[in-house]
Amino acid sequence: MSGANRIAGQGRLTPARTARFSFDGKNYEALEGDTVASALLANGVHLVGRSFKYHRPRGIVSAGPEEPNALIDVARDAARRQPNVRAPVQEVFDGLKATSQNRWPSLSFDVGGFNNLLSPFFAAGFYYKTFMWPKAAWEKVYEPVIRRAAGLGTAPTEEDPDHYANRYATCDVLVVGAGVAGLSAALSAAATGARVILCDEQPEVGGALHYDRSVTVDGKDGFAWAQAAAAGLAAMENVTVLTRTTAFGYYNHNFVGLVERVTDHVARPDKKSPRERLWQVRAKRVILATGAIERHMVFGNNDRPGIMLASAARTYLNHFGVAVGKKVAVYTANDSAYEAAFDLKRAGVQIAAIIDSRAKPGDAVVNEARSHGIEVLTGHSVIDTKGHRRVSSIIVCRNGGGGKRTIAVDALLTSAGWTPSVHLFSQSRGKVAYNTETGQFLPGTYAQDCLSVGACNGTGSLQATIEEALAAGELMARATGNEGGAKVEVRAENAFEWTGGMAGAAEGAGADTNVKAFIDFQNDVCAKDIRLAVREGMHSIEHIKRFTTNGMATDQGKLSNLHGLAIAAETLGREIPKVGLTTFRAPYTPVTFGTIINHSRGDLFDPARKTPMHAWEEAHGAIFEDVGNWKRAWYYPRAGETMHEAVDRECKTVREAAGVFDASTLGKIEVVGPDAAEFLNLMYTNAWDTLKPGRCRYGIMLREDGFVYDDGVVGRIAEDRFHVTTTTGGAPRVMNHMEDYLQTEFPHLKVWLTSTTEQWAVIAVQGPKAREIIAPLVEGIDISNEAFPHMSVREGSICGVPTRLFRMSFTGEAGYEVNVPADYGQAVWEAIWARAEALGACAYGTEAMHVLRAEKGYIIVGQDTDGTVTPFDAGLAWAVSKKKTDFVGIRGLKRPDLVKEGRKQLVGLKTKDPKVVLEEGAQIVADPNQPVPMKMIGHVTSAYWSENCGQSIAFALVEGGQSRMGQTLYVPMPDRTIAVEVTDMVFIDKEGVRLNG
Amino acid sequence: MLLIYCPYCEEERSELEFRHGGDAHIARPTNIADITDEEFEAFFFLRDNPKGLIFERWRHVHGCGRFFNAARDTVSDKFFASYKAGEPKPDLPGISPATEKTVETYEATEGTAK
Repeated sequence: MSGANRIAGQGRLTPARTARFSFDGKNYEALEGDTVASALLANGVHLVGRSFKYHRPRGIVSAGPEEPNALIDVARDAARRQPNVRAPVQEVFDGLKATSQNRWPSLSFDVGGFNNLLSPFFAAGFYYKTFMWPKAAWEKVYEPVIRRAAGLGTAPTEEDPDHYANRYATCDVLVVGAGVAGLSAALSAAATGARVILCDEQPEVGGALHYDRSVTVDGKDGFAWAQAAAAGLAAMENVTVLTRTTAFGYYNHNFVGLVERVTDHVARPDKKSPRERLWQVRAKRVILATGAIERHMVFGNNDRPGIMLASAARTYLNHFGVAVGKKVAVYTANDSAYEAAFDLKRAGVQIAAIIDSRAKPGDAVVNEARSHGIEVLTGHSVIDTKGHRRVSSIIVCRNGGGGKRTIAVDALLTSAGWTPSVHLFSQSRGKVAYNTETGQFLPGTYAQDCLSVGACNGTGSLQATIEEALAAGELMARATGNEGGAKVEVRAENAFEWTGGMAGAAEGAGADTNVKAFIDFQNDVCAKDIRLAVREGMHSIEHIKRFTTNGMATDQGKLSNLHGLAIAAETLGREIPKVGLTTFRAPYTPVTFGTIINHSRGDLFDPARKTPMHAWEEAHGAIFEDVGNWKRAWYYPRAGETMHEAVDRECKTVREAAGVFDASTLGKIEVVGPDAAEFLNLMYTNAWDTLKPGRCRYGIMLREDGFVYDDGVVGRIAEDRFHVTTTTGGAPRVMNHMEDYLQTEFPHLKVWLTSTTEQWAVIAVQGPKAREIIAPLVEGIDISNEAFPHMSVREGSICGVPTRLFRMSFTGEAGYEVNVPADYGQAVWEAIWARAEALGACAYGTEAMHVLRAEKGYIIVGQDTDGTVTPFDAGLAWAVSKKKTDFVGIRGLKRPDLVKEGRKQLVGLKTKDPKVVLEEGAQIVADPNQPVPMKMIGHVTSAYWSENCGQSIAFALVEGGQSRMGQTLYVPMPDRTIAVEVTDMVFIDKEGVRLNG
Repeated sequence: MLLIYCPYCEEERSELEFRHGGDAHIARPTNIADITDEEFEAFFFLRDNPKGLIFERWRHVHGCGRFFNAARDTVSDKFFASYKAGEPKPDLPGISPATEKTVETYEATEGTAK
C-alpha cells in the first residue's frame, strides 16, 4: 500500500500505479493521481508547515485551491523550484521534491515558534505601532530583520528554464467550472451548435462529485457521469474542454484570462511543451459555475494539524482512498458535514462524536447518524483542542456552559457552511447582494453578459442546480444566434438536502474571551484581532482588513473573509450588509510570473530595430547604443583606443577629411498632395509655400501650447511632394500628430501621409572631402557647389541605384545625406566606404555626431529642450514665421508666461578651466557663496570635450540667458565649484565657410 | 481589455489595436491666433472628468489608422456608440448625461470604504 492510511477499496486511484516523492528529504510512496496533500495524509503526515507570524504547527485544511495552510516548496531541479505551492493542488509525479517552508532549523522543532509565546505582543497592528521610531531604523534594522523572520517561502535564484505559451481564443459561451452545474450548462449550450469552451481548475471534471459519493446522475455514479459527459463534450467539434485550467481574471467586455497548467504534473515533460499556457478568451457570453467553498469553524486552537474541512476529509476518502484519521470527530453548524462522518464510518473509521453548535440540526442527518450509532451532541461546541504536532483531543462543552468533557481524537472535521464563489462575478463588476436567509453574498446586479448557476448562485438542491444550468446554457447559446439542437435533460439524485450554516466566532471564542480562534490561517489572524481593530477605531471593512491583514494572504481569504466580516459586524453592532464586503480582485488563485510575462523575455522582450548597414557596422567593430528600439553605432574604437580617444579621432577626422555616418534611423514622412505645402504651413512654424522644389528647410514643430515638439529638415521634391524628416525618437508621435490634425482639424486639405522611415537607408557623408568621395558614384545630378548648394535636394542615382540626394549638414561641414531604398543601403554604404577610406575619411558614430553638432550650435530636441522650451527660448526665433496667420502653437506662443522676461534660454557655456567637462543636468547659480539652498538659475543640457576646439563646450538653459553673454556663472558640484562663461552656442565656423564650401 | 467598434472598419476589434485620443467635440478655433487667454485656456487646458457618459476620441492606430469618436460610460466602460470623426454627437435614448462632474477618489469608485 502507498501509505498506511490508504483504505483498500476506497477512492478512484489505481493501487498498482505508484510514484515516489520526497518531503523534507524523506521519501514517500504515492499513487498516480495523488496530490502532495493526499499522499502525505496517506503516509500519516499531517504537520506540513509553520504559520506566518506565530510559527505554529500547521496541517492540511482543505482539498482544493482554497488551501490557506499547506504551502510547500516544490522542485523538479535546482532551477525549476517554486515556493508557496498549495499541497492539495500540486499533483505528485515520480521524483517530485517537496519541502516545508517558514521553519528553522526543522519543521518539528522551529526556533521561530517562540513568537507564539510572545504572541500577546504581536497583536494586530503590532508592526505599525512598534517600529515607528527612530524612523531611519525602519529601512536599515527593522525591515530586514522582520523580512528574514517572516515571509512565505524563498524565491528561486536561477533563471526559469521553462517556456510559457499564449493563446487568444473566442467562443460563443465560456463555461467556468465543470461540476454538475458547469457540465449541464455546457451540454445544453453545445447542443445548439454554439462554440463552447469549458474549463475547470482540477485535473478531472466533477467539482463536488469528487467527494459527494451519494450523487447519482442519469442512473450513474455522479463522478463517472461527469467523466463521460466531459468526454462526450470534448469529442464535439464546437467544444473545447480544458482541465487543470483556472479562470483567474474576469475583465472588461467578457475578456477572461485562463491559465492552463500543462506540465507541472508530469514526471518527464516533453521539452517542447510549455509549462503553462495563458488563454486570453473573448466570450460572447459567460456562464459562471464556480461552486462554493466550505468555511471552517472559528474556536480556540482551531489550527492544529489534523483539523480540517469536512468536505476535504470526504475528498481524501472518496477520491484518494485516504482516511485522515483513525478516530475522528466532526464539529459543525451545518448538515453537510454529517455526510463526512457517514462516509468515514462506512469505510471503517471510528467516529468519536458529531458536535453540532445548533440546537436543532436537520432531522434526516441526525436520524442517519443515530442509525450508524454515532453520538450526536447538539447544542454543543468545541471550545479548545490539545496536541502539539497533531490534534490529540478536543474539549467539548454545552452551549451556555456545563457538560465539559474531553474527547480523544486524531482528526477533527469542521464545517461552518458554504461560501458561494462569487469572485469572478465580482471581478466582472457585478454587484453582490446579501441574502439574510442563507447568510450568503450572491450575484445581484450583473454588469456584463454573464450568468451564475449552481452553488455560486446560492442554488442549493442538486436537481434545481441542473435545471438552472441547462436553462442558462441554452439561453446564452441562443442569445449568440445558435438555433440547432434538442432540449438536453439530466436527472440526478442525492442523499440529503443540506441546511444550516454560520459565520463568525463560535461558542467559547466570543467577545468575552481571549482564545486564539483563527479565522485567517495564512496570515495568523484571530477573531480577537478583528475586535481589536474595531476598538482601535477601524469601522470600514477595508480598514479592518488592512489593519489585521485578514484575507490579504495568497489565498485572499477564501475561508476567512466572511468570518472576519461577521465578527466585525457583531462588534460594530451593525448588520453584515451594512459593513460591506471587501472587493474581489484578480487573480482568483496565484498565477506565475512566467505565464504573465510569457514570451516577452530575453530577446523577445522588445524588438530590436537594426538599420540596413547594421551588419557592416558590427563587422567593423562598432559599439552600439540603444536609441528607443534602435541599435545605433555609437563609436568605432580601433585596437587599444578608449571611447574618448575614438570619439576625439572621429571628430577630428570629419573636420580634416570626412566621415561617413549611418543616419537611417531618422524619422521620415512622405507628405504628398495638392495641399501639402498648406498643410506643412500649419504643422510647422516656418513658411513652406515659399520653398522651391529642389530646396530644403529646417523646420520646427510645436504643440498647441507653444512648446517645441520636434524638428527636422524638410525637402521639397516637387510642388506637391515633401520629404519630411523627424528626430529618431519622435517619428511615430510626429506621424500621429500630423494624422490627428489632418483627419480631425483640417480634413478639407488634400494631403496623404506615409511613413517611410524604414524604406530609406540614409548615409551621411560629411567633411571637406565629402564631395570628392561621392562625386564618381553619383549619376544624373550636378553636385557642384553652385548647382547644388547647402540645403538642396535632387533625385538621381548613385551606384546605379535611385537616390534622393540631400546637401545638408548636422556637423557644420559641407555634406550630403544619401537616401537610397533600404535594400540597397549596405551595398551603397560599402561603395562609399571604399572611396572614403582611401581618402582618409572615417566612419563615425552617434557620440561623435553629438559632439560635432554641439560645436556648430545645433540643438537636439529632447536633450536641449524638455517640453517647456519655446523656439524663442531655444534661439530659433528666425524659424518662426511672422507672416502666417495660423500654425499649430501660434496662440500658445503668445501666452503671458511664454512672452515674459527672464525665461530660461539656451546659451553656450565655456568652462574657465578648458579641460573640465561639465556634467549634463548640473545646476547653475549666479553666486556660489550664497547660503544653501542656493537659487538655481538653470542647468546644463549638453556637455562634451571638443577636440576640435581644444576645450570643453556645453549648452545650458539659463534664466535670461541671452542677456548674460560674457557673464561668469557657477556650477556647484559635490567636490568643487566650476566657473563658466556664458557664450554664443556656435563654437566653430561662425561664418559658415565650411558649411557652404 | 475593451472591445471597440471601429466605424470605418465596421467591426469590433480588441483594444490592443486602438489608442485613446482624449475628449471629442473640442473644435480648434479657426481664428485661434486671435482668441483671448481665457478662450485659449478653455479650449486647450480645461477638461471635465465625468462619472458616467463621456464622448471621446480613439484612433484605430494598428488597423485602418482613422480617428473616430465614441460614447462610453466611464464607470462601467460600456460603449454606447462609436461614430466617424466630424459626425455630430449621437442621440442616446435612455442614457443620461453624467451628473457628477468628477470621479473623486479610489474609495468613491469602490463604494464601500466610506
